[in-house]
Amino acid sequence: MIVELGHFALILAVFVALVQATVPLIGAQRGNQAWTNMAGAAATAQFLCIGVAFAALTYAYVVSDFSVLNVATNSHTAKPMLYKVSGVWGNHEGSLLLWITILAVFGMAVGVFGRNLPPALRARVLSVQAMITVGFLLFILFTSNPFERLDPAPADGSGLNPLLQDPGLAFHPPFLYLGYVGFSMAFSFAVAALIEGRVDAAWARWVRPWTLAAWVFLTCGIALGSWWAYYELGWGGWWYWDPVENASFMPWLAGTALLHSAVVVEKRDALKSWTILLAIITFSLSLLGTFLVRSGVLTSVHSFAADPTRGVFILALLIACTGGSLTLYAVRAPALKGGGLFAPVSREGGLVLNNLLMSTAAGTVLLGTLYPLFADALNLGKVSVGPPFFNAVFVPLMVPMVVAMAIGPMLAWKRGDLGGTLARLKLAFAAAAAAAVATWLLVGGDGATVGAVGGIALAAWLLVGTLVEYGERIRLFRAPLGESLRRARHLPRAAYGMTITHAGLAVVIAGITGSEAWKIESVQVMRPGDTVEVAGYDYTLKSVNSFRGPNYSGLRGVFEVTRDGRPVTVLEPERRQYTQPPRPTTEAAIWTNGWADLYAVIADADNRGGYVTRLYHNPLIPWLWIGALTMVVGGLVSLSDRRHRVGAPSRRQVRPAKTLQPAE
Amino acid sequence: MTRKQRRLYFVVLGMLALGAATALVLTAFNDNLVYFHSPTELAEKGVPPERRVRIGGLVEKGSIQRDGQLVRFRVTDMVNAVPVTYNGILPDLFREEQGVVAEGKMGTDGVFVAADVLAKHDENYMPKEVSDALKASGHWQDGKEGGPKE
Repeated sequence: MIVELGHFALILAVFVALVQATVPLIGAQRGNQAWTNMAGAAATAQFLCIGVAFAALTYAYVVSDFSVLNVATNSHTAKPMLYKVSGVWGNHEGSLLLWITILAVFGMAVGVFGRNLPPALRARVLSVQAMITVGFLLFILFTSNPFERLDPAPADGSGLNPLLQDPGLAFHPPFLYLGYVGFSMAFSFAVAALIEGRVDAAWARWVRPWTLAAWVFLTCGIALGSWWAYYELGWGGWWYWDPVENASFMPWLAGTALLHSAVVVEKRDALKSWTILLAIITFSLSLLGTFLVRSGVLTSVHSFAADPTRGVFILALLIACTGGSLTLYAVRAPALKGGGLFAPVSREGGLVLNNLLMSTAAGTVLLGTLYPLFADALNLGKVSVGPPFFNAVFVPLMVPMVVAMAIGPMLAWKRGDLGGTLARLKLAFAAAAAAAVATWLLVGGDGATVGAVGGIALAAWLLVGTLVEYGERIRLFRAPLGESLRRARHLPRAAYGMTITHAGLAVVIAGITGSEAWKIESVQVMRPGDTVEVAGYDYTLKSVNSFRGPNYSGLRGVFEVTRDGRPVTVLEPERRQYTQPPRPTTEAAIWTNGWADLYAVIADADNRGGYVTRLYHNPLIPWLWIGALTMVVGGLVSLSDRRHRVGAPSRRQVRPAKTLQPAE
Repeated sequence: MTRKQRRLYFVVLGMLALGAATALVLTAFNDNLVYFHSPTELAEKGVPPERRVRIGGLVEKGSIQRDGQLVRFRVTDMVNAVPVTYNGILPDLFREEQGVVAEGKMGTDGVFVAADVLAKHDENYMPKEVSDALKASGHWQDGKEGGPKE
């Protein structure tokens, strides 16, 4: 009954979305206030319908209602509650329902928090949002209905892929989707602005918090996914440049560019049509990501069983969405006159450089990701494009980017002084040089480590450059300490956000460099009692015991790790055999001291009393997670800036807010 | 600086970035494209031993031999089979008669030395290259999602 209610609510949502997609749009075009104002109410109704559907599916999972096909194929009574709930989005149908639920949440948020938006803009934004909703609702209802019944109902379900039974992955998809779908807001605002024919500083101020929120979620989602791959898949790596990973990385790159170009629109009234284009591209890349993951057209280490008809549907959605908005852009964009002029060397110029490099990087990742598809379609043979390609292309693009990241924020708006700025950054130069020399001496530099030394120097340059910029803002050591503290208190949160995020990226760069350059891997057969030395640590396999978990049995290896005879830690990697579905997984054991991770994996027995083990020494990898977390915190701090919250972004002559009309 | 000059400047800058990116992509493609071959293609055409390639098919039944951490198995498309050696820990879902993709180089002795054996998260999933290779050899069973299973 509850399941039918959910299904019914989903169908109802289609009609609400159709109304929301048309009526407010027409109202805004004709100046009909009642029609315009119904957008907010429609968005709330939309959220209620979809929320009921989502709650119904979650209910079916929680009570293990195996008469629902989706629950029967993806859940099991013996599963812990957390994974029963996360099982809702651990499959194709459910994850799409999550996608659209988030879309509805964002829509309602515009309705509720967007009271200070001009009613016409709000109506148009919500209409565009509803058009996306219609597309995805139809997709769900026609190709991937999560409420399909199964008759007769099986006694028990077939269970969730054990790889997904993990706290990291329980929250990875929701964050990723919050990011993907969050960019739909920037998209809707962009299309609404094109319809309206007006882009101004106030528009950019409305778009920024939405884009920022989406960016924070996406960053968090990517980091969680990468962290999960690191500790769960047991190969000691965290990024493989796999199509599915790239699918989430491309919107991130474009979204980062968008975040920066929106600043120029807001502060300087320039780069308008570029920002609009970027908003369209960012969301299109999010849709493309959904398409790549859901259609299974690319061979990926993360691929899940997929159905080609669904791919065609998403492709059609993608074409309609991107094609339609780009056509509108082609017609309307020439009318968007840029305002502020600026010299190439200026804050704006720096942000343009950021945009240029970020979008080029996104473009090359796109090319590398899709090339196997093109090659196959054009009969050029079956190829795969792997990490070496992406590293060869991506690193050279990011080096100038990071160099410029320290300089850009210190340049003045309109016209900057490059020589003077570089002189002010002498501390950063010194830090980079010192870091390079220290690294060189520490690791015993040779030709092979030049890149790594450069990476560490770059990280030091960015970190110190960012701190110098902050120091200058609060006039540290230039003014009395009290004055500096006063300035530090009054500095806008958005400025703090930038400082924190850029510093976080510096830490991430150091982490990437360390883990790529100095990772040590050792694979061997060990019997209980054997000792292996990796990077100065002695790993002794004490014993291998079998044990039972709630829905799996397993082998647990006990490694005693010592350094120069002193005990360091005990690592207990596991090899689990899940009962339903019957499938093995690897649980790596990780110990960190902040500078490096000790990482141990145990695999099959060799039938002669030994076990294949894999031991890694991963230097600086903890910094990667710390840096990513810092970036997320920076984004949140920036998001809490009061200018983003209170009614600062108000256009002149805003009509007095009308009370909401009831949706007929 | 006038609007026109500025635009010109941006166009030039954009072209430069595009040019640099194209150059990067082309050189990287040259060195790093990895071609996929089915066992039959390998048997018919062969590949130069220094070229890094991917092969794929099913893990032949009864072909898995472990010697410490060294694993030998055969990848088959039901017409031809290629012997493969791999030194390391195989992915969790590596099993007989399951689809597999291995990346590495062909040894002069006709044994493929795999540097990577790709893992899948889902056992119903069949890499597209593998299903195409099986279709090409006429041994594709169009059953449930994953094709040939136990």
